[in-house]
Amino acid sequence: MITLLLLFVPLVASLACLLFDKAKVKVFALGTSLVNLGILAYSLTLFKSDMSYQFLVDYWWVKDLGISFKLGLDGISILLVALTNFLMPLIILSSFRNDYKNANAFYSLMLFMQFALIGVFAALDGFLFYIFWELALIPIYFICLFWGGEDRVRITLKFFIYTLTGSLLMLIGLIYVYLQTPGTHSFDINVLYSTALSSADQSWLFWCFFIAFAIKIPIFPLHSWQADTYTDSPTQGTMLLSGIMLKMGLYGLIRWMIPFLPEGLEQWGNTAMIMSIIGVVYASCMALVQKDFKRLIAYSSVAHVGLIAAGILSLTIQGMQGAMVQMLAHGVNVVGIFFIADIIFRRMKTRNLDELGGLANNTRVFTILYLIILLGSVALPLTNGFVGEFLLLNGVYQYDAWMAAFAGLTIILGAVYMLRSYQKVMLGEPHARSIEFTGLHLTEKIVLVVVALAIIVGGIYPKPILQTAGPALEDLLAQVKDIY
Amino acid sequence: MNTLIIIALLGVAAMMADALRFKKILLPLIVAGLLAALGFAVAAWNSNLSYYHEMVLFNNYSLAFSSLLIVVTLLWMIISKKYFSSSSNMAEHAALVLFVLTGAVIMTAFSDLSMFFVGLEILSISLYVLAASNKSELRSNEAGMKYFLMGSFATGFLLFGIALIYGTTATFNLAKIASSISISETAGNTPMFVYTGVILIMVGLLFKVSAAPFHFWAPDVYEGAPTIITAFMATVVKTAAFAAFYRLFSTCFHDLTGFWSHAMAVIAAITMLAGNILAVYQKSLKRMMAYSSIAHAGYMLMAIVAMNKISANAVFMYAAAYSVASMGMFALMQSMTDAGDESVDSLKGLSKNNKGVIVFLSALVLSMAGIPPMAGFFAKYYIFLGAIQSGYQWLTLVAVLSSLIGVYYYFRVIFVSLQDNTEGSGHTLNKGQWSLIIIASLISLAMGVLPGLLLTLSL
Repeated sequence: MITLLLLFVPLVASLACLLFDKAKVKVFALGTSLVNLGILAYSLTLFKSDMSYQFLVDYWWVKDLGISFKLGLDGISILLVALTNFLMPLIILSSFRNDYKNANAFYSLMLFMQFALIGVFAALDGFLFYIFWELALIPIYFICLFWGGEDRVRITLKFFIYTLTGSLLMLIGLIYVYLQTPGTHSFDINVLYSTALSSADQSWLFWCFFIAFAIKIPIFPLHSWQADTYTDSPTQGTMLLSGIMLKMGLYGLIRWMIPFLPEGLEQWGNTAMIMSIIGVVYASCMALVQKDFKRLIAYSSVAHVGLIAAGILSLTIQGMQGAMVQMLAHGVNVVGIFFIADIIFRRMKTRNLDELGGLANNTRVFTILYLIILLGSVALPLTNGFVGEFLLLNGVYQYDAWMAAFAGLTIILGAVYMLRSYQKVMLGEPHARSIEFTGLHLTEKIVLVVVALAIIVGGIYPKPILQTAGPALEDLLAQVKDIY
Repeated sequence: MNTLIIIALLGVAAMMADALRFKKILLPLIVAGLLAALGFAVAAWNSNLSYYHEMVLFNNYSLAFSSLLIVVTLLWMIISKKYFSSSSNMAEHAALVLFVLTGAVIMTAFSDLSMFFVGLEILSISLYVLAASNKSELRSNEAGMKYFLMGSFATGFLLFGIALIYGTTATFNLAKIASSISISETAGNTPMFVYTGVILIMVGLLFKVSAAPFHFWAPDVYEGAPTIITAFMATVVKTAAFAAFYRLFSTCFHDLTGFWSHAMAVIAAITMLAGNILAVYQKSLKRMMAYSSIAHAGYMLMAIVAMNKISANAVFMYAAAYSVASMGMFALMQSMTDAGDESVDSLKGLSKNNKGVIVFLSALVLSMAGIPPMAGFFAKYYIFLGAIQSGYQWLTLVAVLSSLIGVYYYFRVIFVSLQDNTEGSGHTLNKGQWSLIIIASLISLAMGVLPGLLLTLSL
């Protein structure tokens, strides 16, 4: 029941948005997302930290084909649902100073996106997962297309076709696995998990699934859609993409690939690890030379998620735990930092780092909040980024020390490019236009303060996250190791 | 059977309308008649009756397809009013359309090769005339002529094939042919004529469904024919052709699957790729739709290639999803024809002039491109499922690749509609076109969200 509420409140609200008055629709959307956050908080109090699926919902959808409408949350998925519901009000609030035309459609698509994302994380049926996976693509596509920048038509189309390629490969994989299930076939997650697949099958199936997830994450060399799309989307679109949507790929790895393709992972896991690590180093280097602030963040995001993917693929409990923590941390941090880029862009009308500078003189609150969020991104101890990256590197180290050495570069390079951007934007000689930089508005302050608080709290007391995800992850690893 | 009789009688009545002076009430009469025919088709569900010495057999397969054809025709009626009222030969046009439908229904229900041929010819000959029905326009005449010449050739092939099959099995009856082939196949002495016959019939049918490399007539005919007739050709006629194609090959030539399926798989792959790739380069929306309909034929061929127990449902699902979505697109197309410019670029300003249309148009486009939650996705899923089940992974991969190309040109419709028009006022839709777009997109959504409703038909 709670799962259904979590899922359908945004959907209903999304439709209601279309009927609302233009001026009130923002508040309505924010209200709905807060309601959903409340429902989530309530469900967290009921949640028991064990490895089972809770709040189960199970109806037949297409009975003849073994497709069911099965939703449930375990320690892994509830954290991602929590992330979605936590970030959504922030993202909506962050749009309050933007004056989008066709605001009704904008907020309607945002809430529809929330519906699809929660569906992805809660689905326990392969087909249902696929449907939500694709559904999540549609609103973000239109958000980028309608409210994006100059070159949006070309870029959004590239993005759409890129991700659809992966999705359809995954569909082929899913159908194949489904056809191997015993009896009248079923897409139920437990049936899919227990289906025996031959080693040769797992080998090609691995790529069907991995490419789909790798495009979404994105993992090198399938990342080429990402920087353009992030730069050209409206800020809220970018936040959705980087904050929540790329976690779909990481979640997919954990839930929809590793458990039923252990042998495929044994054959190709190393290759996938190397790809992820190359992505970490490559993207960090790319971030070093970017002039556009948003592009810089986009590449830093590729570096971060590359490390998360490597942690997951290391198949160690530390790596997995680190991935969970870092998924949440990265989601929060990246939303914060993209918002900072947006605040600066709205006031200065430029994102070029060379044309910015000396903003620190104008507003102290902004300077401090920016610094906290930045420190979270560079994984300073006592921030949420540190906990995740430490665990991830630990996991990767257990897998292969050399890989950990290269992956560790991300911390150093990350500090370099982030601090460089901070220096260029906030410090130094004020640029001619820097005087125009005015203080923060209330909504902006709220968003940044909440993000900063989340960064510090997550860094000091990450235990609830570790505890929630722990049993489910251990169970998952035990299953995989069993088959080895 | 009552369905067939009603539609044929309606056609005869329509011919009389001019002489007996009830032209004014003709269209309502046709709608009422079609609804009655639909009612009889639904009522006959599970009856499995055969008529005329087993010349036709109305089993669930044919009833489902007949109902689909009638429903699509009814949808088509929503935008066809202008076509009928603007012509002085309204009664004749209406009669021809009804005869096409008669032929189409026969093509879903034959159980005898001669009946199959009769149905196909009733459909084709009426259609040749309809394609040329815009007498004053050169393009329309050209389309009719081209369609007629190419169609006659294909019919020749088909007839030759039927003759060869008849020559070796001494019967027209599908079941008897099937058992005769099955006996000779197990004995290993199937005469060469049977194989030749199958190939010739296949070529004739591939021509009718405009599969590559027999597709060259389609873009010219689609473009030249009056838009409303193109809409009818792309939906009703294509559905009927596929219904007949599957019926013939699943009952008659099932034991020869090993012989024809590989060739057909290659043809399906070429058709999907050719249709989708060529569609990308089209400036005229009508030509683009023509190539897209070629591509969709490729997907439906996949179901025939797979030839397993879900194939009948897959063909049906796909035909339904594709026909409904195309019908919506043709409503848009019709408005462009009315405005006198059929290029995709002339869609500029559409979204501004017609508030909200972009939502429904996007739904249709998503369905055509096969993206959830629309009907097109589920249909495609079902086709893929069947193909993988029969071991055609490579064909599925080709289908996936060509769908991606499809996304590219389908979405162009949305991009252009969203742009502002710098010159002129841009398109506006009339009431009928508006309502058809809305109805078609809602049906597509409903079929996508509740696919179980159609799947339980288990044809």
